[in-house]
Amino acid sequence: MKEPLFSSRNIKLLSGPLNLNNPITVQILGICSALAVTVQMKPALVMALSVTVVTAFSNLIISSIRNTIPQRIRIIVQLVVVATLVIIVDQILKAFVYDVSKKLSVFVGLIITNCIVMGRLEAFAMAEKPWRSFLDGLGNGAGYGLILVAVSFLREFFGSGKIFGMQVVPRIMYENGYQDNGLMILPPMALITIGIIIWIQRSINRDLIDKS
Amino acid sequence: MFSNRYIFIYSTIIVAIVAVALTLIAVGLKPYQDNNIRIEKMQNILKSINVVATPKNAEALYKKYIVKTFTLNAQMKPVDVDAFSIDLAKEVKKTDTSARLYPVYIACLDNGDSSYIFPLRGQGLWGPVWGYVALKNDFNTVLGVMFDHKGETPGLGAEIATETFQAQFFGKQIFDEQGNYRSIRVLKGGAKPDDVHGVDGISGGTITSRGVDKMIFEGLKAYLPYINYRKKI
Repeated sequence: MKEPLFSSRNIKLLSGPLNLNNPITVQILGICSALAVTVQMKPALVMALSVTVVTAFSNLIISSIRNTIPQRIRIIVQLVVVATLVIIVDQILKAFVYDVSKKLSVFVGLIITNCIVMGRLEAFAMAEKPWRSFLDGLGNGAGYGLILVAVSFLREFFGSGKIFGMQVVPRIMYENGYQDNGLMILPPMALITIGIIIWIQRSINRDLIDKS
Repeated sequence: MFSNRYIFIYSTIIVAIVAVALTLIAVGLKPYQDNNIRIEKMQNILKSINVVATPKNAEALYKKYIVKTFTLNAQMKPVDVDAFSIDLAKEVKKTDTSARLYPVYIACLDNGDSSYIFPLRGQGLWGPVWGYVALKNDFNTVLGVMFDHKGETPGLGAEIATETFQAQFFGKQIFDEQGNYRSIRVLKGGAKPDDVHGVDGISGGTITSRGVDKMIFEGLKAYLPYINYRKKI
């Protein structure tokens, strides 16, 4: 019998990475870019979308041709596919959201080396059917994106008093002595913010705590 | 198990497909990307005369304010080349300096005065730095500047692209009272409050500051024959 497109087993591929199997907070993958592009929400969101597109489509493509890929050169083939998609994404960003692409600078190119992408290809797409692989890619991209957006929200709000570049902390607060926390703009606070998110997540889901 | 023959053919086909796909995309998107770069250049030029433009209104504002552009050769004689299309990165790389071209932009400000904008390009710590200096019509006082960089250290050298650093240049003068060329120095340890030829360098960004200093000095020096000629009229 053919499995429905959105069976509960498939939905799990999408929802798992958002929480219990999150690539950043549980698998601790893709940290480097998460630290670098989360000063403001707009670049973080574009980065999240880019990674989601790349993971989803590289999973789809690799999974579709998985039976033709010779074992001995499979990593090379995976890299060629990922690199192609990343270049396409980079070119599209340069053409249509130039200011954001300048802020993301090298980090779009570095999606190629993002552990999440290669990890999903090796662990999932090489063994599963295309549709399921595509969902898995979407899920993991979204899980990565969720953390990026959360971290960038906190950093932009406390670091610059803005959300998506719009001033949200009212002027009257500054006049009464409120100051933006300059530390939030610096990379170390991104690491600490992610640490706090991991802490909260593990306090809620006790299963995630390492028994040893 | 796949044979070696299969692997070779397989990789060749994959690479060929990828090459064709990437070429098509790069060629297809080129016009959009070039347009973005063009609009950014307009925004930068406008910023040097203290007009803030968004990507949407840059083209209209550029048309409104920049009334004339022309190109000078190394002997400061006008040549028939579109100033806007000159890529300064290529010009500064020319080993034969007498073949270099020097673009000039003339802006008409809201108060009716004209301003002369000179593009500059130099070397920071990690890569190129560039900018525009706009002089008032006395060919001495700075109306505004704009600096940007490829990849200076954030928080240190990259501060040259901030408003705080650039605002220091307003009203500075490139000639002293005797008419000697002094440029505007970016000084380590800070400039004296009454120094009309110097601004504060960036703490922790010494090499970038020096790069900007040299860029302004050398950049405007090249235009001196033209500036001096215009000052006399």
